[in-house]
Amino acid sequence: MSEAARARRKPAPRRTGGRLPATTAVRRTGVQAPPERPPVYLIDGARTPYLRARGRPGPFTPVDLAVQCGRPLLARQPFPPEAFDLVILGCVNVIADEMNPARVAALRLGMGEAMRAFTVQINCGSGMQSIDTAFRLIEGGEADLILAGGAEALSHAPLVLSQKAAGWFGRFATAKTAWERATALGAFRPEMARPVIGLERGLTDPLTDLSMGQTAEIIGHAFGISRESADSYALESHRRLARAQREGFLKGEVIPAISRDGRLFDHDDGVRPDTSMEKLANLKPVFERPYGRVTAGNSSQITDGASWVILASEAAVKEYKLTPIARIVDSEWTALDPSVMGLGPTLCSTALMKRRGLSLKDIELWEINEAFAAQILACLAAWEDEEYCREVLGLEEPFGTLDRERLNVDGGAISLGHPVGSSGNRIVLHLVNAMRRLGLKRGIATECIGGGQGGAMLLESV
Amino acid sequence: MTVSGKVWRVLERRNMELGPKGEPARTLTHWRYTKDGEGIVWLIFDRAGQSTNTLSEEVLVELNLVLEDLKGLNAKGLVIRSAKKSGFAAGADIRDFRGVTNASEIESRLARGHELLDRLANLSIPTVAVIHGHCLGGGLELALACRHRIAVSGASLGFPEVLLGLHPGLGGTFRLTSLIDPVEAMTMMLTGRPVHARKAKALGLVDEVVEERHVANAVRAAVAGKLKPARPGLKAGVMSLAPARRMAANRMRAEAQKNAPEKHYPAPYRLIGLWEEHGGDPKAMQRAEIRSFSELLTGPTAQNLVRVFFLRERLKSLAKGESGISRVHVIGAGTMGGDIAAWCAARGLRVTLTDLDPQAIARAIGRASSFYDKRLHSSLERRDALDRLTPDFEGVGVRQADLVIEAVAEKEGVKRRVYEEIAPRMKPGAILATNTSSIPLESLREGLLFAERFVGLHFFNPVTRMQLVEIVTHDAVSEETLSRARAFCGDISRLPAPVRSAPGFLVNRALTPYLVEAFLMFDEGVPKEVIDRAARDFGMPMGPMELADRVGLDICLEVARMLKERLPDPMPEVPDWLVQKVEAGETGRKAGRGLYVYDENGKPKREEVKIAEGAQVPRDSETADRLVLPMLNTLVRCLREGVVEEEEVADAAMIFGTGFAPFRGGPLHYARERGVDEITAKLHALAQKYGDRFAPDEGWERLKT
Repeated sequence: MSEAARARRKPAPRRTGGRLPATTAVRRTGVQAPPERPPVYLIDGARTPYLRARGRPGPFTPVDLAVQCGRPLLARQPFPPEAFDLVILGCVNVIADEMNPARVAALRLGMGEAMRAFTVQINCGSGMQSIDTAFRLIEGGEADLILAGGAEALSHAPLVLSQKAAGWFGRFATAKTAWERATALGAFRPEMARPVIGLERGLTDPLTDLSMGQTAEIIGHAFGISRESADSYALESHRRLARAQREGFLKGEVIPAISRDGRLFDHDDGVRPDTSMEKLANLKPVFERPYGRVTAGNSSQITDGASWVILASEAAVKEYKLTPIARIVDSEWTALDPSVMGLGPTLCSTALMKRRGLSLKDIELWEINEAFAAQILACLAAWEDEEYCREVLGLEEPFGTLDRERLNVDGGAISLGHPVGSSGNRIVLHLVNAMRRLGLKRGIATECIGGGQGGAMLLESV
Repeated sequence: MTVSGKVWRVLERRNMELGPKGEPARTLTHWRYTKDGEGIVWLIFDRAGQSTNTLSEEVLVELNLVLEDLKGLNAKGLVIRSAKKSGFAAGADIRDFRGVTNASEIESRLARGHELLDRLANLSIPTVAVIHGHCLGGGLELALACRHRIAVSGASLGFPEVLLGLHPGLGGTFRLTSLIDPVEAMTMMLTGRPVHARKAKALGLVDEVVEERHVANAVRAAVAGKLKPARPGLKAGVMSLAPARRMAANRMRAEAQKNAPEKHYPAPYRLIGLWEEHGGDPKAMQRAEIRSFSELLTGPTAQNLVRVFFLRERLKSLAKGESGISRVHVIGAGTMGGDIAAWCAARGLRVTLTDLDPQAIARAIGRASSFYDKRLHSSLERRDALDRLTPDFEGVGVRQADLVIEAVAEKEGVKRRVYEEIAPRMKPGAILATNTSSIPLESLREGLLFAERFVGLHFFNPVTRMQLVEIVTHDAVSEETLSRARAFCGDISRLPAPVRSAPGFLVNRALTPYLVEAFLMFDEGVPKEVIDRAARDFGMPMGPMELADRVGLDICLEVARMLKERLPDPMPEVPDWLVQKVEAGETGRKAGRGLYVYDENGKPKREEVKIAEGAQVPRDSETADRLVLPMLNTLVRCLREGVVEEEEVADAAMIFGTGFAPFRGGPLHYARERGVDEITAKLHALAQKYGDRFAPDEGWERLKT
């Protein structure tokens, strides 16, 4: 913590009355442009390569991943790791050995025993929630320097016992006499031995029992998204990522990871530069057979990865002579029916732009997380849909057509994967890096969130 | 992750259980005791003026007084524990072993010690040794004389006597072999390797392992007879039969022969004999142990190994002080750079490792992780060490590093370009070190922004095993930098040897004539196996041909050429076949082929080893002299030229940097023992026969005084 923050913190009673300022942000929805607040800067960020899950636990746990990209990121800063006030990490599938992965990561990163750290979980929005919470704390004068990230190792998602099997095991374990044990043992049924893939349950909405892929089918249908257009979107995602890798656009953002056995992972390995419309067309629908439009080829990939960004106040920038790369202007979160969760980005982005008095032409670059090609295309179609814009977004006329050349310019979750806790963090970081590369000023990173929410963040490059 | 923050710093003092608080019932110089409310006497071992407990004559005399007192105390039990943070006790005070010549005097001193420990062992009340940290040698013998042993987690127990050319002498041989499986007991004593608390429990060496906070309850349970000590199983019973012991003993001898031939290292064989003969009879074994220990201690091997112990202490004393180094940046992830980085991270430093080739960094991390798997005790320690070892693809670690170690290719231009690039980015006060083995530091420091903070840190391969680091000075280095560099060696448990920046420094310069002479002999037609055998017979851990393969023939060639070029020393030409071998890529062990052919584990192929073992060495001592005397001659020259200042440091450097036959006490010590006149006469004779390169250096004159 900087001297400035320490001095500020002591005498002044907290404006927010102990409540996280983020909650007030949610309530501001629709209100006119808020009064100017102190600027919050994004200083730097880095992520691991996104590594496709290959049917068995990958080489890194969520915290391993956070450590892999966190160490070099901290090493390239002009201040020591202990200088941070707080670490916030988004992580959805926390593994049993790493409860509160934020704190485990902070300690393993050598940030000192006194480093506060907490983990946030809002499904696919976790990695952005960590940035937003950090943003609001700095904006509110509660902190000066925060490390905010997201980490996920979907390949480590546990196999869990079915409810039936768990019940049986409980009776067996608590049986007291030999007779009881024998009876309990006799009640075992072979199907109990079949574990439930934790990940599968995790990607199913608990209220509607729809899988995430099914929600994409629903909105794809509502907005008339064809299988061909979804496949074509997916193809382009791979092409863009392959180009970014070839041209070195990801240098500095993606830092290679090395496993314990000395293997080097130096790029997002889900990319398929040689895929084609034919190959994509050959894939069968995975969620709704046989007629569905969502296939493994036009969905985001199951992937392991982590990402961090560093956020700083004006005071920290001065104290450590930092060079900000972007300013976080504002953020917005909205919620909707879980069965159409994929439309989340249209709600939160539109609300955010309204509050800031911005229209489509003011936003020069977009990162919308590619959960499913059908889902992202449904969002674009929704913004062009008069009825939707009027009834749902409260716009007098359609929001407009989002130029694909300004959207996900270097690929997205379909080509590089979607480690759910990390993706929201990555799209913010990459938005900033891409804006800087292209000489653009203002951009939005936004994502749909399983369970029926959406998050959006407005940034300006510095 | 170890707890070390400010909260724990306050609470730590409350953690240790030393029995009832308040004024002790009696305070002696090294011991004090208090009786607690339950009638248990807590006897605290706290050797005055030392940070570690050792057993001296005075300590034992005082312990005897306490045992006298005990009769009148009406105690329910006796607890012995150390007040030192470092551990229970490190064993005998090795200073007492120095220059001992009178075996019968040792025998009577030992007999008194045995009487005392017997007395302790025969007390009718329960006795409990509470063991934390190190419990070695005599310390373990004291603990073995107690009825119960309770280990605190993290304790390590062992008998390292064999490393000093000895075996346990205060009852360890018969008490350990009758307490636990005798084969395990013998293994502990023959290897000198300590066992950790959990292993000790599994062996039955300790009755229980507890956390510090449960010591009082565990002691209570022990005194109340509620601790069930593990007793040796079936095997122990079988081993009470002489034929079974004979078979086991033969296996042990064969194993010992591999690393420590009897004529150089008698102690293991004496120990095996003791047990083989007296295994079932503690009283007889005790008498034999006393006799055997006294003879060994006064023999040349033990005396020389005791000397080596103090040589190590000498180098350690150079490593005292604060280095101010907690972050290290290593440039170059080849074998040396990678291993230096891995070692530093294992020793608790935060390390960034950089290289232009990301695959080289990955390979280095892979090597580090398999080293940690072998050497670090828990998965947590392994994880933390790997976390501290950061792959640094962009070389950003320079900015935060307190020490930058350069280990790139041995090319002056390459190194200087690296310095130009990083020097401006280093933080104020940080030290830049080079691991060069051949380039003069005076030319490397040219144009450097801060020559006073530039120093040579010359590690030896393999870094994880070779304890030596040459601290290379030059004309512009500051004394502060040198002392921080030495202290850094202390931080990472390596031994610093200060040397001047002369070509080859000390170790390589002295080693090269030895290697080149071996090459010449090979050229003359002497089989390589014969050459190596002669050196091993002298006591080297491996022969010069195998060593050259280990070092790398390319490096040997480079160093030999460089030395010939830069030094007036008479040096023979390097044979052509060596150059051709290097050009053909047969550079030694790392290439799988050099002078020997290696299997995938880096071991010379079996059949060759067999030839080596069977080889007949012609004119035995002359072969060895031809190899070893040029090394001694060069060391003497280095002393005269001031490359190294002290004879002791030169001896230590050769032992810890090259493995020079430790039982000989160091090369110069060997020369003095054999007689300077005899050595110079031999050199003259060799010079007549083989050429001027053997001409004795004028520095020998100074050694005659």
